[in-house]
Amino acid sequence: MKKQLSDKFYKEIDRLRPRYPTNQALLLPALHLAQDELGWVSGDTMDEIAAAIDIPPPVVREVITFYTMYNLKPVGNYHLQVCTNISCALMGAEKLLEHCEKKLGIQAGETTRDNKFTITEVECLGACGTAPCVQINKDYYEDLTTEKMDRILSELK
Amino acid sequence: MAEKIVSKYFYNKEAAALSFYQKDGGYSAAKKALGMAVDDVIAEVKKSNLRGRGGAGFPTGMKWSFIPKDSKAPKYLVCNCDESEPGTFKDRAIITYSPHMLIEGMLIGAHAIGAHVGYIYIRGEYVREAEFLEHAIDEAYKAGILGKNAMGSGFKFDLYVHRGAGAYICGEETGLLNSLEGKRGEPRVKPPFPAIKGAFGGPTIVNNVETLAAIPWIINNGGEAYAKMGKFPNSGGTRLYCVSGHVNKPGLYEFPCGAVTLRELIYEHCGGIRDNRKLKAVIPGGSSAPVLAAHEIDIPLDVEPMAKAGTMLGSCGVIVIDDSWCAVKIIKRVTHFYAHESCGQCTPCREGTRWMEDVLHRIEDGHGKMSDLDLLLNVADNINGKTLCALGDAAAGPVLSFVKKFRHEFEAHIKGGKCLNA
Ligand SMILES: Cc1cc2nc3c(=O)[nH]c(=O)nc-3n(C[C@H](O)[C@H](O)[C@H](O)COP(=O)(O)O)c2cc1C
Ligand code: FES
Repeated sequence: MKKQLSDKFYKEIDRLRPRYPTNQALLLPALHLAQDELGWVSGDTMDEIAAAIDIPPPVVREVITFYTMYNLKPVGNYHLQVCTNISCALMGAEKLLEHCEKKLGIQAGETTRDNKFTITEVECLGACGTAPCVQINKDYYEDLTTEKMDRILSELK
Repeated sequence: MAEKIVSKYFYNKEAAALSFYQKDGGYSAAKKALGMAVDDVIAEVKKSNLRGRGGAGFPTGMKWSFIPKDSKAPKYLVCNCDESEPGTFKDRAIITYSPHMLIEGMLIGAHAIGAHVGYIYIRGEYVREAEFLEHAIDEAYKAGILGKNAMGSGFKFDLYVHRGAGAYICGEETGLLNSLEGKRGEPRVKPPFPAIKGAFGGPTIVNNVETLAAIPWIINNGGEAYAKMGKFPNSGGTRLYCVSGHVNKPGLYEFPCGAVTLRELIYEHCGGIRDNRKLKAVIPGGSSAPVLAAHEIDIPLDVEPMAKAGTMLGSCGVIVIDDSWCAVKIIKRVTHFYAHESCGQCTPCREGTRWMEDVLHRIEDGHGKMSDLDLLLNVADNINGKTLCALGDAAAGPVLSFVKKFRHEFEAHIKGGKCLNA
């Protein structure tokens, strides 16, 4: 198996190791680091992580499927995570989601053909006072309107 | 205006820096507490009547006193910054503007329970906030506040940030501990409670961000002064109310516990309902709290009065709904969330939440039957109190309350196949 993860990944794992009394506690941090590098977590990446932190490979699969943030297939360069939970819904999240879908020509759960955008409907992001909220990659965009969203999307292109 | 404690530095970007915090007296409480006997620290927190701000409202000083003194296994202090209860957005502001208030509270708590390692479990989506926290922790290490010899006291305390990865249930304290250990975030059977057997098998205290951020003030000003701020017995200090939805001024509001009623919060402090509409309903404690109808909001915002009114203060996520919105649509969205987030361990919760969602779907679409209302109540009753953790209750309570209080709207969907608000 060819190594996919960088030296930086391995160095970072070494730096984190003393923080925890067990190897398995490194799993969530390792998955985050791997996804930061590769954009998603493939079966091969899971095996490499298992070897890197010395836990059985099936454990990685058992755990990763519990969490929604790990991408089990590739996503676009910009991952629009649109909150449609209650406070955002009250402030127009449904309309905002529809607007994004129409504008990008895809449905939630899909990726544009040029691999630029993925839309995902997500649960409450903890920004309900500044609803509606969309997370794009690592950043939150709040108090959104369709006009604001258009501006943000045009800057991403 | 009453004194602000945890929101003192809100919206001041400079306040997050260690130098700013120290200039304003920051870390003087930790210095003081590290020189105190641990029993005296716990006694002070008990006196303060501080109740957990994560949702359950458990007295913090009492929780700390459950940690066995003679434990051979390492002890841990874990901060719950999962902030996953819909309608709640206070912890994010605390760690953004006052990360050192939290770190100071954790240092004091660690000393009190004898923990040499602490973790801040932060929801995975808060990427930038986790970076702020890492930065603040770095500053504290460099200044000798954290580490082998914390503030020159001889007490060792290491503090780490641990990111979650998207799962509501990891806010539940034992689901959180499993997640911290790199496992699926499924809640554990209790007892044993975390104070006896928690993270990595060691005695562990899990506290919410806001709970821990209140500790420095209590040590500086005394537990009695904090207790006195509360308007009701056994509930001291101030709380942050997170107001979202259809008010003119949504946001975070800090008031002494019980000092303000829900009506005052909405109409005096949040500027009333937007677009001159009428209030329809309020979900007062995060989406897990049973709903209140517009005429039921003359209730002081504290744990006991809310419980008496048949709902809960929970995480203080006050969700305000105006009369243009359909009750069926709202409870369907809320129920979808619990069905999505049920960890699947307990059958009543796993099956029941999906079943309720299905029934609500067909009622909303105009395909429901009158008997569906009894079915809904029956399924909710069969989830309530029959699960390992409180997610089941959190799903059932809102359904029961919505059907009870807005039955006519459900009936309109069923009988006429139409929405009263369409
Ligand atoms: C389904 C569920 C979700 C929860 N989510 C959170 C959360 O996001 N943040 C939090 O602090 N507590 C949450 N709690 C409460 C915790 O289990 C625990 O009571 C709390 O962290 C203890 O801290 P405290 O005593 O300082 O409130 C949740 C509980 C349940 C049952
Ligand atoms: S409901 Fe969307 S951020 Fe909370």
